[in-house]
Amino acid sequence: MSNQNTFMIYAAAYLTVFGQAKLPGLRDWFGAQVDLLPALMVYTAMYASLLNLAGLALLGGLWFDSLSANPLGISILPLFLVGLAIFTQRDLILRDLAFAQIILGAATSAVVPFITVLLLLSTGRQLLLDWGSLWQWLVMIAGGAVATPVFFALFNWFDHAFGYKIRTESSFRPDREIRRGR
Amino acid sequence: MFKQKHFLALGAVTLAALLLLSLPPRVIARLKLALGSLFLPLSSLATTAEQLPADVADNLLPRRELLQEIARLQRENQELKVRALQTASMVTENAQLRDQLRWQRQVGWKIKLANVVMRDPANWWRTVEIDLGSNQGVTNNLPVLTADGLVGRIAAVWPTHSQVVLIGDPNCRVSALIDNPAHDVGVVNAASTLDNTLANLTYLSGTAVLKPGQAVVTSGLGGVFPKGIPIGRIVDSREEEFGLYTEARVKLGVNLGTLEQVSVLFR
Repeated sequence: MSNQNTFMIYAAAYLTVFGQAKLPGLRDWFGAQVDLLPALMVYTAMYASLLNLAGLALLGGLWFDSLSANPLGISILPLFLVGLAIFTQRDLILRDLAFAQIILGAATSAVVPFITVLLLLSTGRQLLLDWGSLWQWLVMIAGGAVATPVFFALFNWFDHAFGYKIRTESSFRPDREIRRGR
Repeated sequence: MFKQKHFLALGAVTLAALLLLSLPPRVIARLKLALGSLFLPLSSLATTAEQLPADVADNLLPRRELLQEIARLQRENQELKVRALQTASMVTENAQLRDQLRWQRQVGWKIKLANVVMRDPANWWRTVEIDLGSNQGVTNNLPVLTADGLVGRIAAVWPTHSQVVLIGDPNCRVSALIDNPAHDVGVVNAASTLDNTLANLTYLSGTAVLKPGQAVVTSGLGGVFPKGIPIGRIVDSREEEFGLYTEARVKLGVNLGTLEQVSVLFR
């Protein structure tokens, strides 16, 4: 992964967290705010190094918690766990298929808030949870599923437009050339 | 599959998260401030972008309309000045009467307006951030309201902004009084996750007579909220725990989903 794409991932995390806090998003229509960090985590786990994966979990989680009433650091572990699970299996995943991206996006968007809520409950905090939270969870899953292919397309386009092209090597080798004549 | 470096990374991230979670509250507050201030450039950019259409519209407004608006505001200002004078004389009279009866004098409240700048990105909290902080004298647990009623209380304060925990969040419980002959007292508790115009009023007496439309106001018990701030109106009620207490749903006076400006009450 190119350096500018790595930078773009962190920039996207920064903008995503800010956007979720500043803009109403789907909150006014569906009663829930979509979390886009898990979707970003899927792309990072597929293409970036382990260090960048940990970096995104750390920074993204800290930024999210700093704008939320969450205790600082609670979002780091769920993000990293999900990212690491995908990272270890990424060679087996057909990452270019939109279907795979949607399924991964939905799964991460389901698991991350679930683990976060479990961690929050285990620390003894009282959360706003009832049957309506199930609907909010479904909205988050759907939002993550839709956002993941968008992130893939966006970052792949960015990499293609601004990154160096891969140099294709010719199979011709001058030292193996058969010279004819005297 | 999992390799040694994966375990090492997992261990390092877990350790970092645990360290952060076990930091003392003061350090956490400073860290949150430092991390939150990273968003200040974006925040001011967004505010400017939001104000731009309004500024353009203001510049395009005809002079005649502006003059009419000024005249209307001047009339309103005069009326409010007269009312303020009447209120001041009533306050003086009230204080004199309290002195005669040897009652404790009530402490006056001052109001400061604040803009809602952000909302909690997590769905399991109901908080907002406002653009007043400790630099403007804001402290924890100050009541926040609008002209329509109670909004919540200040939960965390930084120099330039504060976090308001809204009514209906499990961390904002308000002692409330119902406007009925018995003046039943209950606690406004967690609300529905999807409808932020409703809240639950719990621990009401089992014999409480509740009717839809009855006003609910703050009781003044608990010391955080002054008495008499409107909260909302009763929608319906039901008995809980085999008639041990009554619980009612309250339609909040304030629409918490569309908050833009709020007032902070200062002692």
